[in-house]
Order: sequence, then structure tokens, then C-alpha cells
Amino acid sequence: MTDLTAAPGRSRRVFKHAVLIAFGVVMLYPLLWMVASSVKPTETIFRDPSIWPSGSTVDNYVAGWTALNSPFHLYLWNSAVIAVAAIAGNLLSCSLAAYAFARMRFPGRRVFFAAMLATLMLPLHVLIVPQYVLFSQLGWVNTALPLIVPKFFAVDAFFIFLMVQFIRSLPRELDEAARIDGCGHGRIYWRIIMPLSVPALVTSALFTFIWTWNDFFSQLIYLADPRLHTVPVALRTFVDGQGGTQWGQLFAMSIVGLAPVFGFFLAGQRYLTQGLATTGFK
Amino acid sequence: MIGRTGTRPVRAPVSWRRRGDRAAYLFLAPWLLGMAVFTLGPILASLYLSFTEYSLVAPPEWLGLENYREMLDDSRLRSALVVTFTYVFVSVPVQLTLALALAVALNSGVRGLRFYRSVYYLPSLLAGSVSIAILWRQVFGGQGLVNQLLDRFGIQGTSWIGHPDYALGTLVVLNAWTFGAPMVIFLAGLRQIPAMYHEAAAVDGAGRVARFFRITLPLLTPIIFFNLVLQVIDAFQSFTQAFVISGGTGGPADSTLLYTLYLYERGFGSFDMGYAAALAWFLLVVIAALTAANFLLAKRWVFYGD
Repeated sequence: MTDLTAAPGRSRRVFKHAVLIAFGVVMLYPLLWMVASSVKPTETIFRDPSIWPSGSTVDNYVAGWTALNSPFHLYLWNSAVIAVAAIAGNLLSCSLAAYAFARMRFPGRRVFFAAMLATLMLPLHVLIVPQYVLFSQLGWVNTALPLIVPKFFAVDAFFIFLMVQFIRSLPRELDEAARIDGCGHGRIYWRIIMPLSVPALVTSALFTFIWTWNDFFSQLIYLADPRLHTVPVALRTFVDGQGGTQWGQLFAMSIVGLAPVFGFFLAGQRYLTQGLATTGFK
Repeated sequence: MIGRTGTRPVRAPVSWRRRGDRAAYLFLAPWLLGMAVFTLGPILASLYLSFTEYSLVAPPEWLGLENYREMLDDSRLRSALVVTFTYVFVSVPVQLTLALALAVALNSGVRGLRFYRSVYYLPSLLAGSVSIAILWRQVFGGQGLVNQLLDRFGIQGTSWIGHPDYALGTLVVLNAWTFGAPMVIFLAGLRQIPAMYHEAAAVDGAGRVARFFRITLPLLTPIIFFNLVLQVIDAFQSFTQAFVISGGTGGPADSTLLYTLYLYERGFGSFDMGYAAALAWFLLVVIAALTAANFLLAKRWVFYGD
């Protein structure tokens, strides 16, 4: 009896894994091929679809690093400064708002909360023209300020929502006990809720990093000065300037640009998948 | 400590609440300010600008409905709308179907679930980058990876990104490649379905297919709806990939001219800020209408349990 059911069960399992693995290989193939191509001489990129580099070389990385006006580490640095500032701004401002929504009762709470959810669905492009006008009148165009300052005012409602969901799941008895001990909201927020919310904060920091690092549209319009260029803007200059001739160098620098995102994905994938999953529920 | 609340049982909660109100607005202050300055203000300002001609150098000049009248006759706007709607209505269903199929496959007690989930999820994090747009430009180019592989089978491919019939298709494929994010959300939803429903149905003789359509799918409709709303809005905002792949033009022959590209071109290419503001407002109305339609239609198919 068990033998009869086990045999088809096992072959079905093997078949399923084969399909899942094949699908994964198809998905990752372009990425692996890009990595392989970045260590091939450019002329073979157009001939060799395999992901095993024949005769590897780091020439593309060396030449690509200095192919633009400034060395590539300037762009990495510019991107990193904006990303770190955005993380600081988002964690601070979004957690304050989230604490108020999750733990405090006050007039207008429902309306504000609904407004916050509505901004989740608001496309960036609707706001970009007047925001650009505002920042150009402040003299902030061609500085990183338009990319950083709004983050300190909780404009990324996604993270407020994520943190509200998380704080709501924490037991209220903790705040009650602290309140009886004479703690005000400031101390409950800082001493109790924030330390317990580290998983939500890590998730928010990771997503902020990845989205800021990948962001192209706002960096494109605000950072015209080549000395301020970030990795995405520099790569775009590279691809347009070369007219698509130096694919090896382009790939090498593209991989340098992807590496931090990949690294944070490896280090924090648990936080990313859990954070994403919790936003789908009430 | 307990005595303090005990001695003033009536007034204490009231003053606590008042102090609480003030404290709450302090906590909310950054968000409230940001909402006013960076969201509501700009929405109203763009409504005003949409009735003007404005190029940043001179003050805005009142035009009345002129920008909107121009939009009616704007043939490039018409192609941008066709391209954008085609893109949204094709790429989102493809992406969500893949996401659901893979989530269901992974949820049926497969070993190594975490590994597969990571592999499938990774592209979602990378796909928004210029790096991946550059990769796509090569992969679907004339001598790109796809054609090299087709060549092995003796098939002569064309430049997929250079052909007006296929260029948008490469963007649909790129969006399908990011099915991992909605898949993660589906997987979390599938875990919430109690196993006993499936067991009971199996006892009653329901097969796998029947159980999927009668149990899994109805119970998952709220999550499908959530993913649908978010992905539709997300697809409307696509910019980077079309911009980099087409070299900023939306070409060939405007076949990848997404609405956002056209808005960028008018606003930041030729600095027609007034016209761009009108385009942005129209986009806001379209997305609001679609989201509202989504919520209204949801009543017909989304199942919210008991």
C-alpha cells in the first residue's frame, strides 16, 4: 500500500523540482550571463551565449571604472550619501507617525490614516512638476536636498503603513505597564516600542536603501551636474555616450551598481520577504 | 504609582487624553508638514499650473483651458495612452498569473521553499535599476542573448527592442520577470488558509483542480485584489526601463512611449511645465478612476469570508 502511493509521489516530487529549478535557471540566466560577459572581451559578448567565461579578464572593470568624466567611486559615493540620508529620514519620521497611528487616540485619526493610505496609491509623477518648481525656487536643483529633505517628513507612506502593522502586533500591556510607571508617550516610543520594532525598522531600512539606490527618475531631473551624478544617472550617461559599443565595460559597471543591492538582499532577505508579506494583511 | 490614578479617577484620564492629543500631533508633525508641503500643496499647485503656460524662467501665464484643449488634439498623447494602457492591461495579468501559479506550486509542501522563494524574488529587487535596463537592451538587441540562443536552433531573430511590434513586449517580459514580489504576498496568503478546508474537501472527493478553484482561489481573492491594485498603480508609473531601453525617446516609432516618458519629455525636455502639469492631473484622474473601478468591481468577485 505505502509502496504503491510512494512511487508516483516521489516521481511527481522529482518532476516538480525539475520544473521549479528549470524555471529558476531561466529567470537567473540573463543575470549570470551578464556577470560572465563582464569578464569576457567585448567582441565575444555578441557570439557567446554561455555563462562560462572563456579566458576571464578584469580589463572591463579597470577600463569601465574610469571611462566617464569622474572615476566610478564618485558615483558610488554620491548614491551612498543619498541612500544613507534617506534611511535616516524614513526611519525617524515614519516611525513617529506610525507610533501615533498605532498607539494614540486623537481627533482626526481616521481621516489622517485614510489620507496616508491614499498617498500610498499616488503616483510620483503627479507631484513631480510642482515639486520641481518648488525646489527650483528654493535653489535646491543641482543639490541632493530634494532627494533627502522630504524623507524627513515621512513622504514614503509605505513605511508608515508597514510600521503601523508591526506596532499593532506588539502587546499593549507593555505600554500600559510603562504608563503606570509614569512614562509619557515620548519614552514609551523611544524606550519600548522602538527597541521592539527593530525587525520593522530593518525591513524599512533595506527597502529604502534598495529603492533609493535604484531610483532613476528623480535623480535624473534634480542632479544635472556630472559631479553630483549617482550610479543610475552615470550608467545612463555611459550607455548613451558609448552608443552601445563598450558592452563589456557597461556590464562591468552595471554589476558594480547592482552589487550593493544583491549584498543587502543576501543579508536581509528574511526581513524583505516578511516585511512584504505583512503589508498584504490587515 | 497606582495611587496617582486612584486619587483622581475622573479628571486624570481627561487631562491625560488632552496631553495625549497634543503629544499625538507632535508625533505626527513631520508627516503632517510633509503631507502639506510635498503632497497636498503640489497637487493644488499643479492644478493651477495646468491652466497656465509656464517655463520656470518667466512667471506662469494664465491660459484657461488651453492646455486641456491641446491635449484633445495631441496625437503623441494618444499614442502614449494606447501604449500605457496596452502595457498595464497585458503586463499586470501576466505577472500576477505567474506569481499565483508559482506561489501555489511552492505552497504544496515543496522542500527548499525558502531557496526557491529567494531565487524567484531576487529579480523584483533588481529590475527597477538602470543596470537591468542596460542588460535588457543587450539581451533583446539585434545581436543580443535571445538571438544568439535562437541562432542555435537556426532561427534568425530581429532586434526586439528596435522593432515597433515587439519593443513593448520586451517591457512586458521585464515586468513578468518581477513576479516574485506579488508571489511572496500570495505565499503568505496561502499559509492563512486552514489545512482542514482542503482535508474536508478531499474527504468529500474533491480533486486537486476542484480544490484549487473552489477553496484556494475564493479564499485568496482579497490578496489577489490587493496585488492587483498595487501592481496596476506600479505599472502606470514605469519609467526607467522604457526610458533607458529607448534612449529616452519612447521609440521605435513611439511604441514604448509610456505616459511617464511623455510627461518627462514635455516637462523636463522642453520645460512646458504648464502642459506637463495638465498631463499629470489627467494621469491622477485616470489612476483614481481605475482604482475606484477596481474597488467597485471587487464587490463582485472578492470574497471576504464571514
